[in-house]
Amino acid sequence: MTPPPGPAARRDKGLVRPYVVTEGRSHPTRNTFDLVTLVMAHDDRPLTGLSPEKRALMELCLGGALSVAEIAGHLMLPVSVTKVLLGDLVDSGHLSTRAPIPSADLPEAQILQEVLDGLRARL
Amino acid sequence: MDSALASDGGIVPPSVPPAPSDGGGRYLRQSVRTAVKILVVGHFAVGKTTFVGSLSEIRPLRTEEQMTQAGAYVDDLAGIQGKTTTTVAMDFGRLTLSDSLVLYLFGAPGQQRFTRLWQDMTQGALGALVLADTRRLEQSFDVMGLLEEHGLPYAVAVNHFDGAPVHPDEEIREALDLLPETPLVTCDARDRVSSTRALITLVEYLQSLQSLRAGTAQEYV
Repeated sequence: MTPPPGPAARRDKGLVRPYVVTEGRSHPTRNTFDLVTLVMAHDDRPLTGLSPEKRALMELCLGGALSVAEIAGHLMLPVSVTKVLLGDLVDSGHLSTRAPIPSADLPEAQILQEVLDGLRARL
Repeated sequence: MDSALASDGGIVPPSVPPAPSDGGGRYLRQSVRTAVKILVVGHFAVGKTTFVGSLSEIRPLRTEEQMTQAGAYVDDLAGIQGKTTTTVAMDFGRLTLSDSLVLYLFGAPGQQRFTRLWQDMTQGALGALVLADTRRLEQSFDVMGLLEEHGLPYAVAVNHFDGAPVHPDEEIREALDLLPETPLVTCDARDRVSSTRALITLVEYLQSLQSLRAGTAQEYV
């Protein structure tokens, strides 16, 4: 007997091929997405005209900030596909991003110390 | 209904899964400004997912990537006739460490070396924790070599499995051919405190490497 399809089963099946979702593209329009780039949605942009995938992404992101990896995980999309969608939505003004580490203004030593303090506080 | 959708390699049109019943928790605090990542790596069934799960404040997430011939590096699939797609997966979790800082833990096996996903994971990572199993120490070499190729510093945590042989540290160091400065700890991936301690050991090591580099740089000023 086949067990009823759960979330795990859904992930393995699909109607839509990745290249359809990305309109045939394998790279995003901008190469600025790290797995931990933080993404924020602008709630003043219309969602009409967006593809189902982009609309789902916007609905997810309108709830609050998430990393690229989390968006891919929640939507069960491959990271590469997610990045293409994110690139389009940044271009259209629906989303903005924050680089993983604000470049030179936060030295590595300080970040490591903050990570260490945060971990020790959890003990 | 779902069973009628069977079609390999495709994508289910995404829908936003309902937020967890505790309401919040899925999204980052508004004050978060910086995100950093640490990799949790090791061979199959060494406890990576368990480790990430016991530390993460969110239910661990998984992303899967279909690697097809068109998108893959040629040498990775050379000689594997008829095999056109491979699924690679990574599990990850999140720890908010302060109002402004969040840490992501990415767990993935070493055989993903040629994939874009592995590139994505290693790029910008602070370092890696290698999980090892005393019953299969030799299986850790692959991933340690991979980290060295990427220049990513690491510490080794022996995940203690019930009934697995306990060896003195010196023997494990020798078996894994560790450098004298590479930290080696024992942990229980199921235990939050034990897993946190293993991460702390790694970050202390990263800190020592960092101050070493800073010291060297000073000399040339």
